[in-house]
Amino acid sequence: MPIWLQRQKYLIDFTLASLLRRRAKNLGLLLVYALIVFALASVMLYTHALRHEAAHVLAGAPEIVLQRMVAGRHDLIGEEHIARIGQVRGVQTKAGRLWGYFYDPAVKANYTLMVPPDREIAPGDAIIGAGIARTRGLSAGDYLTLRGSDGKAHTLRVAGLLDARSELVSSDLVLVAEPFFRAFFGIPAGQYTDVALRVRNAQEVRKVAEKLTLLLPDTRPILRDEVLRTYDAIFNWRQGVVAVLLLGAILAFVVFAWDKASGLSAEERREIGILKAIGWETSDVIRMKFWEGAIVSLTAFLLGYLAAYAHVFLADAALFEPVLKGWAVLYPRFALVPTVDGLQLATLFFFTVFPYTVATIVPIWRAAITDPDTVMR
Amino acid sequence: MLLNPAVLALLAVSAVVTLLMTLAAAFAVRVLRHWDITSGSERQLRLERRTYLIATLVAFCCGAEALSLLLFVYNAEAMHTQFVGAMCATGVLNVNRWGWPTLFLQIAAFFAGAVWLTLNRLDNQGWDYPLIRVKYGLLLGIVPLVAAGAVVQALYFLNLQPDVITSCCGALFSPDSAGVAGEVAGTAPRDAAVALGASGVLVAGSGAWLLRRGSGGWVFGGSALAAFLVALAAVVSLIALYVYEHPHHHCPFCVLKAGHDHVGYWLYLPLFAGAALALGAAAVAPWRGVPSLAAAVPGETRRLTWLALAGFGLFYAVAAWTILRSGLTMVGVWW
Repeated sequence: MPIWLQRQKYLIDFTLASLLRRRAKNLGLLLVYALIVFALASVMLYTHALRHEAAHVLAGAPEIVLQRMVAGRHDLIGEEHIARIGQVRGVQTKAGRLWGYFYDPAVKANYTLMVPPDREIAPGDAIIGAGIARTRGLSAGDYLTLRGSDGKAHTLRVAGLLDARSELVSSDLVLVAEPFFRAFFGIPAGQYTDVALRVRNAQEVRKVAEKLTLLLPDTRPILRDEVLRTYDAIFNWRQGVVAVLLLGAILAFVVFAWDKASGLSAEERREIGILKAIGWETSDVIRMKFWEGAIVSLTAFLLGYLAAYAHVFLADAALFEPVLKGWAVLYPRFALVPTVDGLQLATLFFFTVFPYTVATIVPIWRAAITDPDTVMR
Repeated sequence: MLLNPAVLALLAVSAVVTLLMTLAAAFAVRVLRHWDITSGSERQLRLERRTYLIATLVAFCCGAEALSLLLFVYNAEAMHTQFVGAMCATGVLNVNRWGWPTLFLQIAAFFAGAVWLTLNRLDNQGWDYPLIRVKYGLLLGIVPLVAAGAVVQALYFLNLQPDVITSCCGALFSPDSAGVAGEVAGTAPRDAAVALGASGVLVAGSGAWLLRRGSGGWVFGGSALAAFLVALAAVVSLIALYVYEHPHHHCPFCVLKAGHDHVGYWLYLPLFAGAALALGAAAVAPWRGVPSLAAAVPGETRRLTWLALAGFGLFYAVAAWTILRSGLTMVGVWW
């Protein structure tokens, strides 16, 4: 083994033994350090997983959704509008969608009623999301009665529940047949909530949207990419806000680390004095202290990160959920897919290891320049 | 400004590094004015003791700068989803006029830091601190670079407007675009390959000379710098085309994407390391004449030269492998 490596090995060996000799002091520092990593890592892992989930969910969404606007408000769109889109090149498929919101006073929550484009549902039947089933205590075969726009009660038979795995998007969903939907909301035939357009070539999406606004001036196109970008910005912003809030904690930690590193006990001073008396140089002591910092940092980083991982992906981020996820009566229950990102790790490193190292450099140097004769006298 | 953790981290790191480097610069002025190794005065003793602290601080700052350069590029790559028109880091750097200057200043600070660290390492091996004035003189040159980098980076991040429609690599690195990027992208792949090969031979030759004779450090450093610039140009005009398997896509940043197996990191990390080590070797080699360093310089030069050659070698190997394994066949067109 090269001398340099051997030297580092002995230094680490010595440092570990020295750390273990002052177990109580170092354990306190390690715990606080790991806690800081834990708090920041939880926020980062959680928002990243949510963003990942949003991107995953939207991957199957139509590239463009076209809504008709009347006096600045979203209005129903007619078949004649859809027919005119047929002339825009680049649009692969187009279909009118029927969906709307219904406020259920019984549970004080909004449902999303929708006519599924890809499955047939018998009139009078409904397939409901897991959130509604949970809140109203429904299961397959039960009946769900809702008050329609005509003031009459409309009863639906629950034909089935939507897969719980899709709960993030289907928690408040009620899938119904088209005739029921039109009768329930009083929407005449030939009218739709909006239009979903598929554009095969991603680079043409903006051009298609531009053509649509010229062709149908009373409509607004909503692009999938824009929705994704908004999600990205929101989650980044939330992450940033929490990070700013945690800056105070990081500063407190820096002060704590500085204090711990400068408060050398008489025994530690003597130890450094003896080391220097037997031939260690100032740079050797600095190197030893560097390894001490590296070992503490690495352990705290690993402990904090693993705890954050367990907190987010096993305990559903119980501590940060209300801030980062938002709140609703029919809030979906969902398990996040564990994702670890290099950028996150690097950022976390800069938020924790960097300030710790800055805080300990001067105390380390003070310890290292100790004169052997003054401490041993 | 976009309030995102990586941006906050980069801003905080550059602010702290600038502060520490300014402290180091104040110390450097004192060293340049009062250092006298023959004196046994209290001031000299204090200066000698403090050099350990300042050397540690500067080493730490150089390390942080190198890491933040990586994070800056990685973050620019990750932020492309938030800007209309951006498809990779190029688009994000194009969002305002401070993006590219930030990158260039950080790269310059990285190389300057690397040279300082090698000089410091050599100086520590001489009992009489022979290079202390050179080292701290150089430090006074690095501090404005770091500070300018921090200010420009802050301007860049503070002026990031998400509603700006930016132009991405397809527009910037196109033979039709004006400026250096367009010129480089417009270089014929055959010319780029010849230049890449010639610069490789030049580095290997000057490195071998330095290893054999122990002289010609500046020639090696100069050739390495030239080879570094030629390599960057070759990434744009030749290597990238084979990575994307597309004869007109020249972007030097898309190669960093997961979709291309992060091959860009395999190209850039050895190239930057090789160039930094070569500059280090060039900075170390001329001090053979100093009595207290006479024993250390040859070994140190040899080690740095070998490592630099290994870095360049790895870069050329990865570049060759990328071209050979590519599905793009341009025989009869370019070759």
